[in-house]
Parts: sequence; structure tokens; C-alpha cells
Amino acid sequence: MLDSKIPSGPLSEKWTEHKGHCKLINPANKRKFEVLVVGTGLAGASAAASLAELGYNVKAFCVQDSPRRAHSIAAQGGINAAKNYQNDGDSVWRLFYDTIKGGDYRSREANVHRLAEVSVNIIDQCVAQGVPFARDYGGLLDNRSFGGAQVSRTFYARGQTGQQLLLGAYSALSKEINRGAVEMYARREMMDLVVVDGKARGIVCRNLVTGKIESYAGDAVLLCTGGYGNVFYLSTNAMNSNVTAAWRCHRKGAYFANPCYTQIHPTCIPVSGDHQSKLTLMSESLRNDGRVWVPKNKGDKRPASQIPENERDYYLERKYPSFGNLVPRDVASRNAKQVCDEGRGVGDTGLAVYLDFRDSIQRLGADTISARYGNLFQMYERITGEDPYSVPMRIFPAIHYTMGGLWVDYNLMSNLEGLHVLGEANFSDHGANRLGASALMQGLADGYFVIPYTLGIYLAGATLPEVDETHDAFKEAVDSVQKATKKLLGINGSRTVDDFHKRLGRMVWDNIGMSRNKEGLNDVLQKIPKLREEFWSDVRITGSGEQLNAELEKAGRVADFLELGELMAQDALARTESCGGHFREESKTEEDEAKRDDENFCFVSAWEYTATGKKAKLHKEKLTFENVELTQRSYK
Amino acid sequence: MSSKAMNLTLKVWRQTGPNETGKLATYELQGVSPDMSFLEMIDMLNARLIQEREDPIAFDHDCREGICGMCSMVINGTPHGPEKATTTCQLHMRKFSDGDTIVIEPFRADAFPVIKDLSVDRSAFDRVIQAGGYVSVKTGGSPDANATPIPKKVADEAFEAAACIGCGACVAGCKNASAMLFVSAKVSQLALLPQGQSEAATRVINMVSKMDEEGFGNCTNTEVCEAVCPKEISVRNIARMNREYLKATVLSED
Ligand SMILES: Cc1cc2nc3c(=O)[nH]c(=O)nc-3n(C[C@H](O)[C@H](O)[C@H](O)COP(=O)(O)OP(=O)(O)OC[C@H]3O[C@@H](n4cnc5c(N)ncnc54)[C@H](O)[C@@H]3O)c2cc1C
Ligand code: FES
Repeated sequence: MLDSKIPSGPLSEKWTEHKGHCKLINPANKRKFEVLVVGTGLAGASAAASLAELGYNVKAFCVQDSPRRAHSIAAQGGINAAKNYQNDGDSVWRLFYDTIKGGDYRSREANVHRLAEVSVNIIDQCVAQGVPFARDYGGLLDNRSFGGAQVSRTFYARGQTGQQLLLGAYSALSKEINRGAVEMYARREMMDLVVVDGKARGIVCRNLVTGKIESYAGDAVLLCTGGYGNVFYLSTNAMNSNVTAAWRCHRKGAYFANPCYTQIHPTCIPVSGDHQSKLTLMSESLRNDGRVWVPKNKGDKRPASQIPENERDYYLERKYPSFGNLVPRDVASRNAKQVCDEGRGVGDTGLAVYLDFRDSIQRLGADTISARYGNLFQMYERITGEDPYSVPMRIFPAIHYTMGGLWVDYNLMSNLEGLHVLGEANFSDHGANRLGASALMQGLADGYFVIPYTLGIYLAGATLPEVDETHDAFKEAVDSVQKATKKLLGINGSRTVDDFHKRLGRMVWDNIGMSRNKEGLNDVLQKIPKLREEFWSDVRITGSGEQLNAELEKAGRVADFLELGELMAQDALARTESCGGHFREESKTEEDEAKRDDENFCFVSAWEYTATGKKAKLHKEKLTFENVELTQRSYK
Repeated sequence: MSSKAMNLTLKVWRQTGPNETGKLATYELQGVSPDMSFLEMIDMLNARLIQEREDPIAFDHDCREGICGMCSMVINGTPHGPEKATTTCQLHMRKFSDGDTIVIEPFRADAFPVIKDLSVDRSAFDRVIQAGGYVSVKTGGSPDANATPIPKKVADEAFEAAACIGCGACVAGCKNASAMLFVSAKVSQLALLPQGQSEAATRVINMVSKMDEEGFGNCTNTEVCEAVCPKEISVRNIARMNREYLKATVLSED
């Protein structure tokens, strides 16, 4: 059993007590510690800035040409916080409870409670930085309610909340770069973790412009490299999102937890053809005013406007009267798949359902709708060529977020000492399903308010002998990265990297997507290793390793996805229960809802890497619930 | 909804490295679907180049939904192409016609050196922000977020300025390669908000001097920057920055 190091004491006092009793490092000594922050999205930028303010020496790394462009920038809908500004009964407890329940009782009580506690500080912090959140006419902050919540606790900045929060964190980071407290290394891709005496002591990166393999030594490594949704090829993630950094850490000994917990988002623009390179999400805040429906009759191909009211099936409102269109993402997604499987899907492909604003435009006026969703409507029209003010939107689910990630304890440290994991890259707070507007909250909670305390606990207690870039461990790591690069460039096969990525994505979507079953999982466990073999003998990468080479970058990432896919299937196969986003067809209630098996599966699966193509080894962390009662989720 | 596939002639800027001379190379591309995005069309060309064992075209991109500011192509002479308020990645091929010739070049400016083909170095923008594009608050200890009400109108205006994605189209479109729109958007956002007040004077002075140091040109009020901005950032921000600058320099004299 893994030790999550959850502090003792009553739930609501754990974090305060823990902070109050952790060892402190004297300010003069903080300067002596070198902290490597890999990834500068919300989690990484907020951590790098906050640690630099405290006096640590920070080096930060990102793939893009600037930290301002991290994938976090694309988040639209909002960020949750238990401020209860709307006086509608919200509280830290309620946010905690909703998150635990939304996660289908597969997350840690203590982590989630801490998240809910610090959520209120995040909003204060962001406003102080000049983040222009939406405000009401009285000049106070406005809130909206978001998928799965019955209170209005979501703060937003039009449809660009992620952008504004990231620019806030980026500004804090820029301030520290200017002070000389953070050294920023953009266009760098972490290729390996360097472990010395069982502790994470550095990283090896590829300079994406020169191709040079660079070494950086430090006293702790913070991995803030985001999620692995791009294993599906088509996803709502940015094109550069990858699992490489996390996977290389996994290969060096860090456990990968719950890889099969992935989230499918219900409101994406449907696929239009084979050329498609990514999917576009539209914020699910749209479900606040849009009504989801399909024709009652199979194969009804009439345009929406010609389908009379009594021949429309508002299936979410019908099946879930109290939550209606606002049911959690997994429920909304699975229901969309179901009606499409029944042959009631709309559009050319039949793989879409309507999201209709007709009624709310009548009720509130087009101006109000435009003020709320103007930019989303515009985005939709640009991509599809259709005007959602007059024709209902067509939507379909797409992979969007990954709850799984590297295993961490309460202090956000992985089983590999010194390696800390923040944001979407860790597994910690969302259980088997994440609630809308909670990823931004978690990323910033980890970076601004958790790691500044918990990193100190590690550094104050660890024995860290002097290690620099000349250490043999760095030479070995550089060597192995160079060898792998050479190998990839030398294959000179016949197929492009994208070709392999697309095929892998299809396998993952079909078998480890919205619903999973034993047969499909066993099948894909045969297929992925074969595809991986083919990749390593038939991929073609042109150009050299000594310059900007996007194909080489993609190849390294796809090679890792080809290993991760197999682990996802292994995890999904082993977990024979359904929970949250992990829907095993063999385990469902009479209402077709995910049916948990608390007796046998109330644990975190943390997988230890053994060798490529070999079964990973399972470690369990038992989940105990002392404050909430486990119930069958029901949104009826 | 897809109508007929198109055949296009593409003239693309190819440059192997920062210190090499580049030139336009011509490619004929068949079977382009009108539903493709512009970048998917480039993906298609690149897949073919790889099949032909040629070096694919290097270009920057990430979100492909118009928000990260990474994509950066000058299309037929206009940064991000013909469609108003649209980034390269959000431009769709249905805006072009069968038989069209499309010229594709990088965002050009002295302050944005070419790295390879269509990819340029825009780190000068980061350095301008580092010179002062922030409120100097540390993590923790901030007052309650509702302690200072901000009139909705002011908050909305600050948001409009903050919506800049830092792509650099304003610089690439300007004949002087001026960065005034970019810099003024950040200066305005923070000048409008009460949180930004205490550092307003030093901020504008430091950011403007950094901007000059990085080699961006002067503003001669052509307003091309606003016309090509995918987020429609207004040139009123430039006027506001000029006022802020004047205020700051006058104040610092006494
Ligand atoms: C379209 C969309 C909309 C969303 N909307 C919402 C929302 O409304 N509310 C909400 O709460 N959540 C939302 N989410 C989820 C949320 O945006 C993400 O979970 C969150 O932003 C992740 O932040 P992060 O800091 O962990 O990682 P990211 O923002 O993904 O940052 C990863 C960082 O790591 C770097 N990196 C990656 N790999 C490497 C490597 N190998 N070497 C070096 N650096 C590397 C990258 O350059 C980047 O800086 C949305 C997600 C999507 C896809
Ligand atoms: S790729 Fe992000 S704005 Fe175009």
C-alpha cells in the first residue's frame, strides 16, 4: 500500500495544521536551493513565480516560444471558488462535497478539502494581479453556474477565463524573471529526468531551435506539463500537449496513477473529415441556456426547423429532471453517444446532437445571449459556416481532460523523492471525473498555495549532496536521448508520424473512450504493441536533429503515447467497475449509469514501469472516506 | 456540407535558418477540402513533402483555436490572411477558391528574426512584458476580491485590452514594425484597473523604453495594426498609452 502522507486530525483542520507545523527554511538558505519547474501553464507559472518570490532560485522550461502560450490559455468557461458571493448557499464544504461526488468517490478527501479551502484565495490573488473577471453592474464579481453545480460559484472572464488567468500567472512570472529570480528557458522539451541516489536531481532537455541536448541540475524538479489527452490524436488539447515529460519520469520510476480516467467533454464541434487535426471545444456554460435534443425518430434527416416540437426528444431534460441539461460531463457525453448509436444523431455524419438556443433567445433576447456567448457563437460559425443564432449548434463529445497522471502524495511529491507534480499532470484531486471549472482552480491551487509550503517540507528534510551537470547521471541521460534521436532519424520508413498517431488515436477512442469492455480492451492490448513495433520500423522523419524539426518532436511524443495507450488499456481492464469517466459496460445500474464496486475498487491504481511491452506492476493506495457517505451517483 | 475540393498554387517562404537567405518556393496542391483550416491545408502539404523526402515547412502553432497567439503567417500580404478578426489557425479554406494562388510568408520585423521558414522569434514581446507588464503583488495576503468594486464599464474596457493574444500581427502588418498596439494594450489594461495604479508611471516608462530598445519602429498612426489584429484590439489603447506616458514623464520631472 502506498502512503499518501495525509495529515491526521479533523478534515477541515488538516491543511492549516500541516502548514502550521511544517519545517521552515530560513530565507537566506532558500537562495541555495535550485528548483527546476518544467512547464509554465497555470500550474507551472504560478509555482515558479511564487517560489521565486519566496527566495528560491528557479529555472523554468516550456515547449512554446513563450510561457504565455501554454495550453491553459484555451480554457474558456471559468474557475470555481467557494466564495459564496451570490449568497446561494455555497461553502467550502459544499465545493468539497460536489467535487468528491462528481469524482465518483475516487479522490482523496483531504486533497479535495484543501482545494476547496484555497479556492477563495485564488480569486483574491488573481484580482490583485489585474485579472479582469466579469463584473455585475454594482462593480462586484459576477458568477455563473457550471455543469454539475447547483450554486453559482464559477468566476469567468467572458469566454476567455484560461487566457486571463494564464496571463495573470505569466505576469507574475515575468516580474520574477525581471528580478533575476527566475531564468526562463522557452522552446525546450524535457526529454529525461535525472535521478541521483534515488532523488530527482535534474532534467535533460532538447533545445527545439538548435537541437542541442542540454542538462540542468537542481535540488527538486516540479513537473507541470499538463495532461495526456492527445493520446487520442483528435482532442481539444493544444497540438503540443504531450505525455513525454511525465512518461520519461514514469520510466525512471515515478508511478502513473489511474491512467484510464479520462474525461470526454460533451460540447465539442463534430468532426468534419479526415483532414481534421484537432477538435474545438465550446464551453459547457453553453448548456446553461442551450437545450440538447435529437429527433424522436431514427433517421429523421429533416432540418431542425422542420422538426415539430412533439417530435423532438430533449433527452437530458427527460431523463434527468432535476439537473436537465446541466448533468455532469460524463453523463451528458454518454447519453449523446447512446442516442447516436440508436441512429438518432444529426448532421451529415449522424455523429452529433443539437444544442439549441431558440428558446433562450426568445426568452432573453439575442443581445443577452450574445453578451454571454458571443465569442463562442462566432467561433462555431467560423469553423462550421453555420449561424447558431438561427440554426441549432451541432455538438459531439471529444476527449478533453485527463484525471489520471503521475501519482503524488498530499505534499504533491511523487514516489520518486524530489519529483513534485502539479496541475493536470498529477492525478490528485478529481477522482474518476472532473467537474467543470475545477482544473483551473486545481492548477492555481497547486502552484500558488500548496507547493510553496510543501516543497519546503521536502527541502528542509532532505540530504542533498552537491550535484552538477558534470555528474555521470547527466552524461548517461544525454547519451540515451541522443541515441533515441538517432534511432528515430535512422528508421527512414514509409509512413508519417501523424499516420501512426491517427491510428493509435482511433484505437484508443474506440476501445478506451466513452465506454470500455473486456473484449475491446483485450483486443487493443494486442493491437497497440503491434502498432508500436511498426512505428519503430516504418516511421519516416525527414531533416536532422540539429535544427528546428517538428516531425522529430512529434515522433518522440507519439513513441511515448504508444506506450501510454497500452498502460491505459491495462488499467481499464483491471478496473472492472465503472466510475466517473471510466465506464465499463459490464458494470452499470438499471438506469445505465456507471456502477461502482466500492468493496473491491475503492483505491487508486498506481502503476510502476517495468519494461516496454511488459506488464506494469500495480500498487494500490486505499481511499478512505471519513466525512462523506459513498452513494450511487444519481442526477435524476 | 463540404463542397468541391480545390486545387491551389502555394508560394511559401523557405529559409533553412536565421542566417540563411530565403526564397519563395512554389507548390501545387490538389484536393484541398473547403472544410479544412488553413493549417490543416499546410499539414496536408507537409505530409506530401515528407512522402517526397523533402523537408516539411516549419511553422508555429499550438491551440489551433485562435487564442494562444502562436500561429503567425502572412497570407497574400496580410498577417493572418484576408478574414477579419481571425487568426491563421481559424481561417478556413472555404474562404478561398479553386485555382487560387496563395503567397505565404513569415511575420517579418527586425525585432522578430526568422528561425526557420515561417517560424519567427517573438521573444522581444516577452522582454517588453518583463519590463513592467504586471502588478507587483506577491502570492498571498491579497485583500478580498470584492473589497474594491470596479465599475462594469471599466472592467469591460480592461478586458477588451487584456484580450490581446500577443501574436505580433500588429508588428508584422505595420510598415514601421511598431509594437505600439501590443504594448499599449497591456499598459491600458493595468492603467484602467485600480490594482495597476501605484506603478502606472514606472510601468509605462519602462515598457516603452524596452520596446524601443528591442528595435520596434515608431507609430505613424496608419492604424493597420488594428485592422489586422485578430482580436480587434483598438488603437484607442495607443492614445491612452501616449497620455499615460506624458503623465508619467511630466510627473517624474517634479
Ligand atoms: C479547450 C479547453 C477548455 C478548458 N476549459 C476549462 C475551464 O473552463 N475550466 C477549467 O477549470 N478547466 C478547463 N480546461 C482544463 C484546463 O485548461 C487544463 O486542465 C489546465 O489549464 C492545465 O494546466 P496545467 O498548468 O496543468 O498544464 P498546461 O497548461 O497544459 O501547461 C503545460 C506546460 O508544460 C509545458 N510542457 C509540456 N510538455 C513539456 C515537456 N516535455 N518539456 C517541457 N515543457 C513541457 C508546456 O509548454 C506548458 O507550458 C479546459 C481545457 C481545454 C482543452
Ligand atoms: S494556433 Fe493558437 S492562435 Fe493560432
